Amino acid sequence: MNTSFIIPKFRLPSFIASVGEKLPQWPHAMVLVTALNTALKLKFLPENELTALNGKSFRVHIRDTGGEAFFTYRNGLFRPLFSRSESPDLSFSAYLSAYLQLMARQEDPDTLFFSRELEVTGDTELGLLVKNLLDSIEWPNLPRLKLGKSI
Amino acid sequence: MKLPDLICPAGSLPALKAAVDNGADAVYLGFKNDTNARNFAGLNFDQKAMTEGVRYAHAKGCEILLAINTFAQAGRVADWHKSVDAAVDQGVDAIILADVGLLDYASQRHPQQRLHLSVQGSATSYEAVNFCQREFGIKRAVLPRVLTLAQVEQVIKNTTVEIEVFGFGSLCVMNEGRCWLSSYACGESPNTVGACSPAKYVKWDKKPGVMETRLNGILIDRFGDEEPAGYPTLCKGRFEVEGDTYYALEEPTSLNVLPILPEIIKIGVRAIKVEGRQRSPAYVTQVTRTLRAALDSLKNGAASYQVKPAWQAELSKVSEGSQATLGAYNRPWR
Ligand code: SF4
Repeated sequence: MNTSFIIPKFRLPSFIASVGEKLPQWPHAMVLVTALNTALKLKFLPENELTALNGKSFRVHIRDTGGEAFFTYRNGLFRPLFSRSESPDLSFSAYLSAYLQLMARQEDPDTLFFSRELEVTGDTELGLLVKNLLDSIEWPNLPRLKLGKSI
Repeated sequence: MKLPDLICPAGSLPALKAAVDNGADAVYLGFKNDTNARNFAGLNFDQKAMTEGVRYAHAKGCEILLAINTFAQAGRVADWHKSVDAAVDQGVDAIILADVGLLDYASQRHPQQRLHLSVQGSATSYEAVNFCQREFGIKRAVLPRVLTLAQVEQVIKNTTVEIEVFGFGSLCVMNEGRCWLSSYACGESPNTVGACSPAKYVKWDKKPGVMETRLNGILIDRFGDEEPAGYPTLCKGRFEVEGDTYYALEEPTSLNVLPILPEIIKIGVRAIKVEGRQRSPAYVTQVTRTLRAALDSLKNGAASYQVKPAWQAELSKVSEGSQATLGAYNRPWR
């Protein structure tokens, strides 16, 4: 297997988080929600299984940028939440590198959970459902990210 | 050297394809219902995904083994029968069963269908294995992870049934198929609802500096910020026993047989199984290609076999508790 692009484990310097936390958070939610809705429109996400997410609130927190996004899924669309909800139904917290590795299917969420790089709080069953939904998506033409170096 | 089959897990179509593409000889999976012991929200295959999975695997010369490895619940036996029939219709290469009643049903109803005895069937002796061969015509048995290597060899010597053992994955050692710890805490266990410690009972409480794991309200472990975590099962909790708080039943760890792979092959193990239908395609890719590389390096004999550090690094990374063990295989006591 040839060595191609691998997302390394990295940490952004801590001052970024202290600045990031002071910035308005809704742009993160906008970006995330737009991406999710695009995936919906392109039929990557299994609509019938998404009904279990209806009315639930989510928080995605990036530890090293201090950024966080609050959003919900209602009536077939993901929508940003502009006021931060104190106790979202489901909350993810991880470093940026862990999110990138997850999205590229380079690392397994359980692996990141065991090594404490990914934290899931709130409704655990909902968390498991979201994880399994993401796993079952067949992304067309995934950028050819290779998993690790040759062995 | 004749290599054993590499049997890999899949909880989704992308995971199945990852297993096939990375060198699995067979993939095992389950239907999206409580007839299999990994009945988690969003996981597993409906009929449509199953059809596509079987097609994909067969096109690439890989087998599909379907696990119907829970015990039929009173009043709902028909659901389990239906799953057996559906598996046969899907053209799977073998059905993995644990329940004696279902073995009987499958062997009577579908005498041509290849049947395997699941690890949940808890057959630890050749007498048990041979009984299932005589009565239900099983072709293979998966042995529980409680046997030493010498005990596995003893079984193999005394049966013509193919023997499959676990080679990698999270450990569930408490008398497989008979563990009631999860029922004790939640009233539900693998054999009844198809899941150990179902997620709806699990709560991870994050407080500054610590994370607490609770199962149905019972505190089962507490982790510092950098401390590796494990699955939220009772068997892997830390408990206070006579004044000491420690992993009283089992440490969160993964089985990894790479160091003893040549011995496993030598005693005649027919197939090596990887645990983890609940894991992601990334895990399946990593583990499948690592074990494939290790097995292939044994093609020309064991003399030059060496566990490559890269293999161990890859496997320990995905391990529960980020550590590995040989489990019962090398235990001096029995
Ligand atoms: S409690 Fe532990 S040993 Fe028992 S079934 Fe669950 S994982 Fe297996």
